[in-house]
Amino acid sequence: MSFPILSLIIFLPLAAGLVILALPAERKQAVRIIALTAAVLDLVLAVVVFIAYDVAQGGYQFVERFWWVKQLGISYYAGVNGISTPLVLMGALVVTSGVMISWRVEERPREFFAYLMFLGASVQGVFCSLDLFMVFFFFELAVFPKYLMIALWGYPKTRDYGSMKLTLYLFLGSVVSLVGVLAMYFAAGQNSFDMLTLEKAGFSRAFQQTWFLVVFGGFAILGGIFPFHSWAPDGHVAAPTAVSMLLAGVEMKVGAFAALRVAIMLLPDGAHFWAPLILALGTVNVVYGALIALIQTDFKYVIGFSSVSHMGLVLIGFATLNNEGLLGAGMQMFSHGIMTALFFAVVGMVYDRAHTRNIGELGGLFRKMPVAAVGFIIAGLVSMGMPGFSGFVAEFPIFMGAWKTLPLVAIIAVLGVIVTAGYILLVVGRVFFGTIPPKLDETVGDVSLMDKLVVGGLAALMILIGVFPTLSKMAPLIQSGVTPILALVGGA
Amino acid sequence: MDLTFQPSMLLAILPELGLAGLAAIILALDLIAKGNQKILLGWVTAGGLLVVAVMAALFARPAEQPQLIFGGMLRVDWPAFTFRLIFLLGAAVTVLLGASEHISKRYGEFCALVVVSTLGMSLMASASNLIMLYLAIETTSLPLYILAGFRVLDQKSVEAGIKYLLYGAMTSAVMLYGFSLLWGFTGTTNLYEIADLAKTGGLSPLVLGGTAMLVLVGFGFKISAAPFHFWAPDVYEGAPTPVAGFLSTASKAAGFAVLVRVLMAVFPEVASFWSLVVGILAAVSMVIGNFLALAQRNIKRLLAYSSIAQAGYMLVGVAAHSAFGAAGAVYYLASYLVTNLAAFGIVWLVGREVGSDDLDAYTGLGRRNPTVGLAMLAALLSLGGIPPLSGFFGKLLVFGAAVQAGQIWLAVLGVLTSVVGLYYYLTVLKIIYRPGTDEHALPVSASWRVALLVCVAGILFLGTVFAPMYGLSLSTAGGWF
Amino acid sequence: MPFINAHLLTIILFSPAVAALVLLLLPRDKPGLLRWFTLAASLVPFFFSLLLWRGFDPAGEKFQFIELAAWYPAINSAYHLGVDGIALTMVILTTLLTPLAVLTSFSINEKIKAYMVLFLLLETGMLGVFMSLDLLLFFVFWEVGLVPMYFLINQWGGEKRNYASLKFILYTMGGSLGLLLATQLIGVVAGTYDFQKLLSIWPGLELPGGVLMGLPLATVKSVAFWAFVIAFAVKVPVWPFHTWLPDAHTEAPTAGSMILAGVLLKLGAFGFIRMVLPLFPAEAHQYAGWLAALATLAIVLGGLGAFGQDDFKRLVAYSSINHMGFVVLGIATAAWAAGTADGVIALNGAVLQMFNHGLYSAGMFFLVGVIYERAHTRDLNAFGGLYALLPVYGTILIFTSMASLGLPGLNGFVSEFLVVRGAWPVFTAATAISMVGLFFTGAYTLKALWKVLHGPLNPKWSGHLSEIDLREIAVIAPLMVMILVIGVWPAWILDVINRAVSMWF
Repeated sequence: MSFPILSLIIFLPLAAGLVILALPAERKQAVRIIALTAAVLDLVLAVVVFIAYDVAQGGYQFVERFWWVKQLGISYYAGVNGISTPLVLMGALVVTSGVMISWRVEERPREFFAYLMFLGASVQGVFCSLDLFMVFFFFELAVFPKYLMIALWGYPKTRDYGSMKLTLYLFLGSVVSLVGVLAMYFAAGQNSFDMLTLEKAGFSRAFQQTWFLVVFGGFAILGGIFPFHSWAPDGHVAAPTAVSMLLAGVEMKVGAFAALRVAIMLLPDGAHFWAPLILALGTVNVVYGALIALIQTDFKYVIGFSSVSHMGLVLIGFATLNNEGLLGAGMQMFSHGIMTALFFAVVGMVYDRAHTRNIGELGGLFRKMPVAAVGFIIAGLVSMGMPGFSGFVAEFPIFMGAWKTLPLVAIIAVLGVIVTAGYILLVVGRVFFGTIPPKLDETVGDVSLMDKLVVGGLAALMILIGVFPTLSKMAPLIQSGVTPILALVGGA
Repeated sequence: MDLTFQPSMLLAILPELGLAGLAAIILALDLIAKGNQKILLGWVTAGGLLVVAVMAALFARPAEQPQLIFGGMLRVDWPAFTFRLIFLLGAAVTVLLGASEHISKRYGEFCALVVVSTLGMSLMASASNLIMLYLAIETTSLPLYILAGFRVLDQKSVEAGIKYLLYGAMTSAVMLYGFSLLWGFTGTTNLYEIADLAKTGGLSPLVLGGTAMLVLVGFGFKISAAPFHFWAPDVYEGAPTPVAGFLSTASKAAGFAVLVRVLMAVFPEVASFWSLVVGILAAVSMVIGNFLALAQRNIKRLLAYSSIAQAGYMLVGVAAHSAFGAAGAVYYLASYLVTNLAAFGIVWLVGREVGSDDLDAYTGLGRRNPTVGLAMLAALLSLGGIPPLSGFFGKLLVFGAAVQAGQIWLAVLGVLTSVVGLYYYLTVLKIIYRPGTDEHALPVSASWRVALLVCVAGILFLGTVFAPMYGLSLSTAGGWF
Repeated sequence: MPFINAHLLTIILFSPAVAALVLLLLPRDKPGLLRWFTLAASLVPFFFSLLLWRGFDPAGEKFQFIELAAWYPAINSAYHLGVDGIALTMVILTTLLTPLAVLTSFSINEKIKAYMVLFLLLETGMLGVFMSLDLLLFFVFWEVGLVPMYFLINQWGGEKRNYASLKFILYTMGGSLGLLLATQLIGVVAGTYDFQKLLSIWPGLELPGGVLMGLPLATVKSVAFWAFVIAFAVKVPVWPFHTWLPDAHTEAPTAGSMILAGVLLKLGAFGFIRMVLPLFPAEAHQYAGWLAALATLAIVLGGLGAFGQDDFKRLVAYSSINHMGFVVLGIATAAWAAGTADGVIALNGAVLQMFNHGLYSAGMFFLVGVIYERAHTRDLNAFGGLYALLPVYGTILIFTSMASLGLPGLNGFVSEFLVVRGAWPVFTAATAISMVGLFFTGAYTLKALWKVLHGPLNPKWSGHLSEIDLREIAVIAPLMVMILVIGVWPAWILDVINRAVSMWF
């Protein structure tokens, strides 16, 4: 067995979290340093996986496997393919950024960073899973960190409501899927939770059509599908900055990824049957999310709803079940993760300094925090699908995929893009330009070096991918992950 | 029927003999010990229980084939073996948790009563004769009635004891009526002989179904499944907290052990009927338990309703009427035992030191005693079914069993109510981690600490390393079929 | 050298972007360094585009200096660059105007670094449109140019800059949506975005049953045609999609207006010539009449609109609508009469008009900026008799205005004459009405000149206005030279354009 790099990626944050919890509460600096070290190491490992993944060979690589509960066919089975490798990288990036952004958390940093690490371990665990049991195990591992982080460090006015709503929705989604997965397990009769085995189980058409809705629906709740999307803005807004980044950036991708990996790949006939519905709901997500974002007065809610809108594109990409759509959805998962993390990071920076998120009370902050403002603008351009940024190379294939299946979807969803341009420009104009209120002029200062590093790094990455989708290995990598999916769903 | 006595039979009941002996030793020591020395009795008891457990593991292992011993009174099989260990663990933890000044004067009695009750439970799990079964049940219950009313100066405690006694007696009577019908129709009290008769068509399904219902009432009370749950919140609230913990775990486990044995052994012919009934009981328990828990402001009542809901989840496994489901229920029980004992242990600590069982008493616990806070977090989330804690795998198994048995509705209801459950567990958790006014750490005793550590280790072990316990659960389930 | 020759387009295209990155690293508080560096950097692509001009063989291949590299093979899009005579002209125009605009921007004192960075990025965006031989790449650069322009207006513009910039970007993005969708449609149907391949696939596309996505193929193609047309028409702008233009121009900083009028508007016209006519010959022919009618309206109403303005800059802005109308008229003629001499002549005129308008409209906006910087007003009624105060400035203004007016001997006359000559036999009525429009051109130009330079001197200016300075003359001089040269001897550039146009049609 080769070097267990994926296990290291999963368990390193977990171990770091435990070590942090074991430290005395006063040693705040030690806590931060351990968290950052673990996150950076994790990121380095993820980069290694990203670079070392052999696109030409494809399939699952860095595979590790041993029995967990042999009687039930449950194994610890880790491996990554072209779809999950970028997500692992994205997860590690967002966790690292989250740690850096939270550097100044003074209220019980020990628990905060420990929970953040647990959250990181949870998402990496899901992305690396090749075993259905493991998917749920790691996904639900995140229940308490995310709940407590929102409930304890969140925005005081809405944290009780937001944390509970988010946690219960996510839990509901996962347990609903769990029922479906159990049905698959028994129907397959292979005594195995191994997804590669279940791919070949040959479920009957009727079975697939019935259970697809359950499995996909559960995971799609995590991905923020309309009309089960409302946890996302409420939860994200209530959460502290790093958690918003992680939840919107990575956790929603966990749902989408699982929906793809489990529902679509294991129940392809069901996917074909329900694709029109998903297309329709995804389109509603795109347009409705954007429209609601347009009328928000809270800075953070704008971004919260923008996530709903963008995840709609991922769903559309999935539901096209063709090469372009899936490729675009894969790209969009990565791109949106980075983008929304950057968004929330900047929103957090603004809130920390201005102590208000009401767009009407903000203004002219470009002069005070130029780097953060430029970062937000770049994220905004990604969000608008502006060419030259990662959003474009992700959304364009999705639209192409939609043209191939249902042109109307492409046409309507494109309208969401113009609305997106509208709300992004409005927010940018009101928050970062215009005149600065006198009160803010005195109090607001520039962001820290750590913040600038985060903003610069994330922004540069989005441009890099936008300009070089192929050279940056992103598109070929995801393409190598899409090809086997097409073989399963039988699309072109 | 083989009525001859063989020395090996003694070996099979060596643990029970040990328990009886242990109870006697404790009572004797209690007479000698003075003042604070009595606290040491807890260690003696726990040590004794450990010895018994080792004896049980070494000498009382069942053979390949289940054996009936003592003229068919007892059955040496995997269910008996597994449940005995579960009870011993529960008793040991309860005894260690219970050590405190509040009951120190009568701590010896407390330990002895727990041990005797454990003896009864152990017999319940292995009883294969209606009479033996009834005796075992009463052996279990009588000490528990006393324990529930242990704090004789506390009106609530006394009320709890009496309430528990009355409910217990009534349901026992109904159950006994069911037993008598079985005996009347078949002329034998041996469970497996009754089963043989039923198989050959000697009994009409109507009779079997009717008696199954009557028996279910008795066991439903034991496991506090709705609609036989009314006693639970009041008794848990009034009884001394360690006793409530014991009632809600070991006693419930004993109830399950018999319930499953009787249903599987005697009523396989009407399986589809009782499967439905148990399914309905499960559904009602899950719904009532979880929804009523939402409204509770007293942690003990909240845990009482939660334990009703948990009984519902275990019944889901039973309702599946499969080895897989039964194994799931066993796993669930084991997980639930360590989890709930940990929760009640902490409730005991807080109730004693803060002087209140209100949820508000828990404010700031996470900061006062971070480790205790973490333990409570583990316990609550395990009850909620969150990995890497034991409750997750238990839920997975019972829901899986429901799906496998085609009872999709039960599985769906189960997951939906578990979302409701998570709501109140998280609410408690939030209170624990909210900053409070008092920042002083609560004092904890060594024995309490050890007991809690055992529970938390159990929660984590059962939540990550599933295979050993699952293997044992499968064997156990095999012994019932 | 071989490397430079093989990658000449890439060098021209990305040298501004690279310079922008370098600029980011320069210290913020050294305005002199930032300005001169940017000027030097913007001269690099100009220098290389001169090499390009020298190396371009008008009689050679249709597209030259082709570069092809993988960009996004997963969706069949490639980094495919190349120029023909038309694009070459536009590249020269862009690389010429950018240093001049940068020089103009030396008067910018706020956030110099950001301004210069955006300016250089804008240049890359515009050049990319002219060079792309891949439909997707074309779209990429088409959109990329928007962002810097938006911020240039939004940050360094006049009082109503927020309104103007938002209107600008929403109009253009809204227009681009159709382009985006149609691009995707074509890409999906044809399976490639390569322009040269599309030329052979798309116009003669035949599908089994003639049905595409449940609609008759002809309908789908018409819809795609209109999607393209609207996107480009917004940019040109063709009446009635023009309303963003006066606002954007008026509020933009001087250099922004120069580039906006000089190059950005050409993107739209270039889109017509590069994409619409070759890819949709049949539809273009079918709808050419409509296009001509819109062009005529643009000429007449643009002229009228200009005449009605009291704001000097707004007046010049409306004049752009008027002048670009001739470009569209030329294109419409070519669409109707593809392959005939008339069509070729008209298109020649249109392309030359694009180049010429780039020169004199940039000059006009610059001159408006010069007076505005001194007087802090653009109200025509506030001026008067300034010729006496500023004789040099007055002379330059008259010279440039005359080019705009179409005075024979200056460049505007040549191209407008070609357009009218080509269009007359085809769209006689429209051309005739457009001639009337020319009358308005004269009217508003003279009105502006009269109000600014002549009449009684407004006493408040005497002693307060300084003469045009050396830097500003350095900006306007190259433009004036070009205006005169093309006016007197257009053959050198017309030859390149004509050969390219003849190859196409």
